[in-house]
Amino acid sequence: MAEKIAVLNPMGFAPKVTRKPLAPRLPTLEGRTVYLVDCRFDDSDVFLGEMRAWFAEHLPGVTPVVKRISSVYLNDDPATWEEIRTRGHAAIVGVGH
Amino acid sequence: MTLEAEYGVPTVALHTDKFDRVVRSVAAVNGMAGFRQVFVPQPIMGKSARELRGYVDGADPITGRPVMQEVVEGLTRPFDEEEGNPVEFDRSTPRLVEPDTAERLERLFLESHWTDGLPIVLPTEARVAAMLAGTRRKADEVVGRMRSTHFREYWEYTVEKVAVNAVMAGARPEYFPVILALAASGVTARSSSSSAMASMAVVNGPIRHEIAMNAGTGAMGPYAHANATIGRAYGLLSQNLQGGSVPGLSYMGNQGNSYAYNSVTFAENEERSPWEPFHVQHGLQAAHSAVSVFSGCRSTAFALGLRERHWQDHVRNLLRGMDPSIPPTLLLDPIAARQFVDRGGFAKKDALIDWLHGTAQMPAREYWDYQLVQNYIYPRATFGEEPWASKLGAAPDAMVHMFRREDIHAVVVGGETNGYWRIMGCTYQKTVSVDAWR
Repeated sequence: MAEKIAVLNPMGFAPKVTRKPLAPRLPTLEGRTVYLVDCRFDDSDVFLGEMRAWFAEHLPGVTPVVKRISSVYLNDDPATWEEIRTRGHAAIVGVGH
Repeated sequence: MTLEAEYGVPTVALHTDKFDRVVRSVAAVNGMAGFRQVFVPQPIMGKSARELRGYVDGADPITGRPVMQEVVEGLTRPFDEEEGNPVEFDRSTPRLVEPDTAERLERLFLESHWTDGLPIVLPTEARVAAMLAGTRRKADEVVGRMRSTHFREYWEYTVEKVAVNAVMAGARPEYFPVILALAASGVTARSSSSSAMASMAVVNGPIRHEIAMNAGTGAMGPYAHANATIGRAYGLLSQNLQGGSVPGLSYMGNQGNSYAYNSVTFAENEERSPWEPFHVQHGLQAAHSAVSVFSGCRSTAFALGLRERHWQDHVRNLLRGMDPSIPPTLLLDPIAARQFVDRGGFAKKDALIDWLHGTAQMPAREYWDYQLVQNYIYPRATFGEEPWASKLGAAPDAMVHMFRREDIHAVVVGGETNGYWRIMGCTYQKTVSVDAWR
């Protein structure tokens, strides 16, 4: 039988996972403003335009607002997030690939 | 995730289905395993509005349920107890792997995605100890942090962890300071980008000769043990110390990239260069040793020498063939470097860079229509970031610079068997002292 040997693990050290809070869900979207956040990747603006049209046809009581992030998706965008928090009720962010 | 967790806004994220595993993994390691995510077919790019409306009206390819039903439910259905529970999984990294036979350990390393698919040297205690003798730094000293992409969490690593990967790559202890400097850069050679990036490492200074690095014939190929194993170690340490590089989970490069096998690692041919060494350009002294790291290596163009009549047109053509979102680094055999001096009068490398910057231009309408310019530069331009913001005002037919001047570089490498030279599309990241890691 071949000899057993001990070797070292090559993986680095992972940071501790800390649970983050998830926002309470809305009872309904009726009468609410939903931001469709364009992350400006590929043709996501066209996709979100079609989603806005879907809301107009199927849920006319919802106010969809298409909002482009201010810069590239790699950068944080606190001004946009603050606008959504103060003027909107929910957000759909896309389209990531 | 920022909107949801930090601003308290109920949010649903939309992704294409190819990113199912990776985005769920990213949410989990960010402590948001229950984050609502909905999927549509890949690709979005290039599809007509009508086709994309089909995606909206269609089904989530992962669950088979209507996309908009999932979106609406994602914003209105309360979280159940299971979704709200904290993420619980073992993320500790034991120092040792369970002892086993060499054959079974080699299989374990391969199946755990700890290798590059090639045989590795098993990192026994004795081999790792020998590698650690290549530096005065302590085994438990933290070298740095690395991650595969902006959205991932940073993982941390010690000198010993770097040594383990250096042993696996087949490197010798005398190479270890270079490998530690690469690890200390914090720049991954295993980016998860769907564009299939690789990295490039250029070594300067006396260390090149001390460890017999190749700067001449075949320097960028498999013709020197130090070049080959230092570059391989850079790749292995990147994938393992950042927490993995697994296709579909933590690596999304659509075609992969064979440059990643040794991260295009070579020494600059300082002795035959007409210009100052690359590390001296970046603030170090010629007598010091350093390694410079470039990322985003995907494309190359090449030519033989510089012809008397049309060399400027030929270089312009090469530059015009590149994607303007990825700047050029010229990799010049000494013969080609001297031809640039002779033909163009570029006695200083700065003069060459100036000329390249001025030469690489294209009509604004073409520039702004590149997909990667649309994805990564246009948003920054509209946000007022220069020099791109000023380009927005250019008339469609006006010529605009393809690259920022500070992003263009040149390195001299090659053995003068001929005057072939090439342009690597890549982004210079940083230069790190090797001497600091001896």
